[in-house]
Order: sequence, then structure tokens, then C-alpha cells
Amino acid sequence: MDFSVITANFQFLVVQGLLGLGGFTGGTLRLAIPAIGLGFLLGIVIGVARLARTPWLHVPATVYVEFFRGVPLVMVIFWIWFIVPQLLGLPIPEYGVALTAFVVFEAAYFGEIVRAGIQSVPRGQVEAATAVGLTGAQTLRFVVLPQAIRNMVPSLVTQMIVLFKDTSLASIIGYVDLTKAAQIVNNREIRPFELYLFVAVVYWIFTYSMSLAARRFERRASTT
Amino acid sequence: MLWSGQSGHWLLQGMLTTLAISALGWILAAALGVLAGALRTVPWRPLRALATAYVEFFRNVPLLVWMFFWYFGVPPLLPEPVRQWLFDHSAEFWAGMVALGVYHGARMSEVIRSGIQAIPRTQFEAAVAMGLTTGQAYRLVIVPIALRLIVPPATSESLNLLKNSSVALTISVAELTFQTRQIETYTAKAIEALTAGTVIYLVLCLSIATIMARLERRFAIPGMIARGR
Repeated sequence: MDFSVITANFQFLVVQGLLGLGGFTGGTLRLAIPAIGLGFLLGIVIGVARLARTPWLHVPATVYVEFFRGVPLVMVIFWIWFIVPQLLGLPIPEYGVALTAFVVFEAAYFGEIVRAGIQSVPRGQVEAATAVGLTGAQTLRFVVLPQAIRNMVPSLVTQMIVLFKDTSLASIIGYVDLTKAAQIVNNREIRPFELYLFVAVVYWIFTYSMSLAARRFERRASTT
Repeated sequence: MLWSGQSGHWLLQGMLTTLAISALGWILAAALGVLAGALRTVPWRPLRALATAYVEFFRNVPLLVWMFFWYFGVPPLLPEPVRQWLFDHSAEFWAGMVALGVYHGARMSEVIRSGIQAIPRTQFEAAVAMGLTTGQAYRLVIVPIALRLIVPPATSESLNLLKNSSVALTISVAELTFQTRQIETYTAKAIEALTAGTVIYLVLCLSIATIMARLERRFAIPGMIARGR
């Protein structure tokens, strides 16, 4: 069991595979951070649409959520990989394909979390806000959303952890994230046990820190 | 068009492989999940620490990394006759199954742990008062009740297992998503192939969810609707 293969290839694995720096198109974090941000924004749209009263909004949103919750992410990645270049008529780099697939897929899950968060605010709050004279939009902005966001933070962070782990699937279409970087090094050095264990530990460090941060936030927020 | 001949045959094989690897992986995951979930609630620190270490380590690493680890990383460490047998008998299927089972076992243990924690402590105390050891109390009283409480989140985790079986295509397991790609490379009909695969996944997931919802209603314990989530 020879771990020197990790130190010898450390720069490639971490700086390029994980961080995506160095004028090179890969990187787990370069994919994960925009995917989380955009996925959450689209998720807010989907979540609010699911709670809308008009069927023009909540039926498509419900179909969207139920569809993406019934298919594997790998399938969605292949869909985007094959279809989007055909639709747009030009080749799309793996980064764009992977980012689109993750945003579209995870938005369904973020949407459910947003919906549950908004529904967890007691109806009495909305009624009190109306009694005090706030309009619908003002109620949403000053009363419902602040409370909803505080309720949904633990589930949000859990879903962000899931998305971070799912970015490893981008390696299937050739995007050089941490997992793919380890594969590349393995093809050269044939040391799979050490390399994949190292990759597992790196992912673990990130996801475990995120879940610790979530738990600390939860403890602070529940003092009210 | 697509459902006949070569492509239909591949789709069917893919679906059967998906179901097989998911079912076997599910059995392993359920066994590990019940064990780890229960061990996380027992009064002895070493057992709790062991179960927590298993869960926190395996849950926080992507499944794809585990697939590579179990298929590429572990066999070289096994003794020669075992490795020979494995590679003669579809090692990739077993590696994929173990990866799925161990990963989802860690996730299931959280679900089962929440089910156990939803049971009032008085049940455990009553069992001990009647003379059962802790192990017997868990085996005969706590775990059976917990299993009936957690049907919705357990169904959701089981469906995740079914969908995650698609990751096994990276280690050449000929499951459903792999076969849709196979059809696509063979016939260049990407949209039809992807649609067929997607429809099969949707039908599988929806039917399993419906069956489990009906089972949940039948096995619900009156007066204990602990929708742990």
C-alpha cells in the first residue's frame, strides 16, 4: 500500500481536480458552487410555483418535480448531453452540460424544500399580517419568507451536501472533477485503492464540515 | 419500433439487471441499516461509536467513488483464488451491489434510527421490566415497531437506491441506463433510446411508490403516526 502516488500527483488532484484553478477547464468546486447557487434560485421559483393558486403555475411545477424525482441523475445528464447541442445546433462543453443537468435536476429537490419551508409558517402569521394591513407581497417579504428560510436551512444544507456529492457524476461525460482526476492518475499509475481512498477522504472532509456547519446553525437558530 | 428486436431485448435485459442489482443491494442495505441504526441508539459507547463511524464515513462520500473503490480498489487486495472466482463470475455486478448496499445502508440507518427514536421509551422499559435483555428487547419489540413507523422515508430511500443503481454503468454493469446508451450508439436514435429508459424508470418508481403507500396504510400502527422526516 503505497501512498506516495498521492503526494506525487497532489497538485493535479487537488488544485486542478478539486479547485479547478490553473487555467484548465475542470474542477469539482468550479461546478458545485454555481450549481448550488443556480439550483437554489430555480428551486425557489419551482417551490413558489407549486404553492400558487392558479393551475397554470402549480400543475407544470408539480409535473416538473414528480418527473425529476422519478428518474436517475445519470439519465438526466445523458439527456442534456445529447439533446441540448442538437437543440442549439452547436457543441456545448462538458462544463455547460453538467451545470445545466445539475441545476435542472436539483431544482426539483430544492423546490420541495422551499415549499415545505413556506408551508411550515403557521397560517396565523399570514392572517395577522393581513389584519395589520400588509399586502400579499409585503406579507411574503417581511413575514413569511424570513421565517420560512430559517425553517428550511437544515434541509437546504443537506441538499447542498447531496449536490456536492452528485457533482462526481459529471466525470461520466468526461468533466475533469476530483473523481475523474483520480481516474486519470490511476490509468497512469495503477494504484486504485490509495487513490480512491484519498478521493473519498477529501469528499468526506467537505461534506462532513458542511453538515457540522448545518448542525451549528440549527442550534443557534433554535434559541427562539 | 424500439420495443421489438435487438433494442427491446437490450432494454429488457437492462431492466432485469437494474432490478437484480437493486434488490440484492437493498437486502444488504436493509441489513446494514437496521444493524447500524439500532446500534446508534444502544447504551454502550463503543458500539454507538462504531456504528456512527460507519454511517458518517460511508454516507458522506459520493456513490461513484465507492463504485470505483469496490471494483478497482478492493479486488487487488483479496487473495488470489477469491479474485479469480470474482472475475469469472461478473465481478462488476458484485462490486456494484456491495457499493450500493454499503452506501445505502448508511443512509437507511439514519431513517431507522429516527424510527427507533420515535418510539416512546416506555416500550423499552416495559420490555426490560418483563425480563428481556437489551438485545431481545431490540429484536422482539423495538425494531419491529420501528420498521412499521418508517415506511414513507424508507420507501423514498429505497427508490433512491433504485435510481442510484444507474451509477453502476461506470463500472460496466449492463443495467438499464447502460443499455439505453448501448442502443443509442448502435442505432444513433438518442431521443428514442433515452425516452424508453426514462419511461421505464418512471414506471418502476411510480409503481413501487404506489405499492408501498398501500402497504403503509395496511401496516400503520393506530395512534402512532410518527411521520419522521
